[in-house]
Amino acid sequence: MSTFVQATTVAEAVGAMSGGARPVAGGTDLVVGARQGKAPLPESIVAIDRLDPLRGIELSGGRLRLGALVTHAEIVAHPGVLEGFTALADASAIVGSHATRVHGTIGGNVMNASPAMETGGPLLCFDASATLESVAGSRQLAVAELLAGPGETTARADELLTAIEVPALPGAGSCYARLEYRRQMEIAVVGATAVIVLDGGLVTDARIAITALAPTIRRVAEAEEALRGTDGGRAAAEAAAEAAAAASAPISDVRASADYRRAMAAVIARRAIEAAVARARGENVPVPASPALHGAV
Amino acid sequence: MRYQATLTVNGIPYPVEVEATASLLRVVRDVIGLTGSKEGCDDSECGACMMLLDGRPVNSCSYLALQADGREITTVEGLAPGDGLAPLQQALLEAGGVQCGYCTPGMLISATALLSSNPRPSEDEVRVALAGNLCRCTGYTNIVSAVLRASEGHPAGTPG
Repeated sequence: MSTFVQATTVAEAVGAMSGGARPVAGGTDLVVGARQGKAPLPESIVAIDRLDPLRGIELSGGRLRLGALVTHAEIVAHPGVLEGFTALADASAIVGSHATRVHGTIGGNVMNASPAMETGGPLLCFDASATLESVAGSRQLAVAELLAGPGETTARADELLTAIEVPALPGAGSCYARLEYRRQMEIAVVGATAVIVLDGGLVTDARIAITALAPTIRRVAEAEEALRGTDGGRAAAEAAAEAAAAASAPISDVRASADYRRAMAAVIARRAIEAAVARARGENVPVPASPALHGAV
Repeated sequence: MRYQATLTVNGIPYPVEVEATASLLRVVRDVIGLTGSKEGCDDSECGACMMLLDGRPVNSCSYLALQADGREITTVEGLAPGDGLAPLQQALLEAGGVQCGYCTPGMLISATALLSSNPRPSEDEVRVALAGNLCRCTGYTNIVSAVLRASEGHPAGTPG
């Protein structure tokens, strides 16, 4: 017999969580997962969707702060995100359908910890950190340390994600691209994120992450190394994309075989890198990059 | 455990008593008795259950009814003024966009949300907006053309 409480303050929410309650915001993972039979709904539910302190996008002092309740639709509509964190906008723009994007939150996306989730790659590449609160207090840790495995985080069950902070990377061009079978209500078959900084036509900073290719979304140092100091052109992008594919450890499931995922990893990574380089050069690549990049060779 | 809530559907407040885990779709269909919204997949893939929550589309099969307490819910029954049809509904009939009809309530909700935020969408924007709604009969072409007909400024359309 499940219980339900609508939290009106963060203190009330973390209090309920210390007693074993699980939080629900837009319900687009927790409730959908229950309907799909992945896991039954929790015995004790605390709704956090009306907690105003968890709302809002702030961009100041070189940092982007996303309240945990910020929706994907809000991320895509934010000029500062589109400009400085374009890969994140690419990702949020293709989460679920329009109904998912107006209710689904960045906090839920991160804490659901799917290795195929769209926003994870951009958050890792931009070195995002998460703020977790509990009755014991608050702590901050890198999103890279938060994601522990498929559906698993290093957060304790009584900790509520309240915000994601993302440091700006001035001048960066970035892109998230995925292989998909359907334009909406889809999750990456294979995904890749590239964040590129150019100086004098040469790559001075490169960050590459792969999605749906390992138990967690992960950065690939070899791919980043392959790009640094190059002109970011086709040959460099191909070499880096091969390195990204080589670092993958995909599974076979209902959506794709491991072999197909590995083969597509290099293609999708190259598309993400080339689009990020183009954006770093000031060229226009529409958001979302997927499916605009489909048909690219 | 059962909780009391007030669900305001199409402008009418309904006091209800529901289980913590009950979906908005279950309560609107089985408790309130408005059966226009359909259960297709029951896990957010198909969009047949779509309603507007404070004007924004939601897959009601995967939304907890208690989270909608005090909010404005619009179902397909609330789209038409009085006994008539909304321009979108009329356009859907005229374009032959209804076959078995099961996806139609969700299609109408998605299209209503699209036209309220973007009164003059391109065909591609219509296709993206409807991509969360599965239709297994019509092949989508007539549905997309109906939404374009109902959009502002279209020669065959009525301002929606």
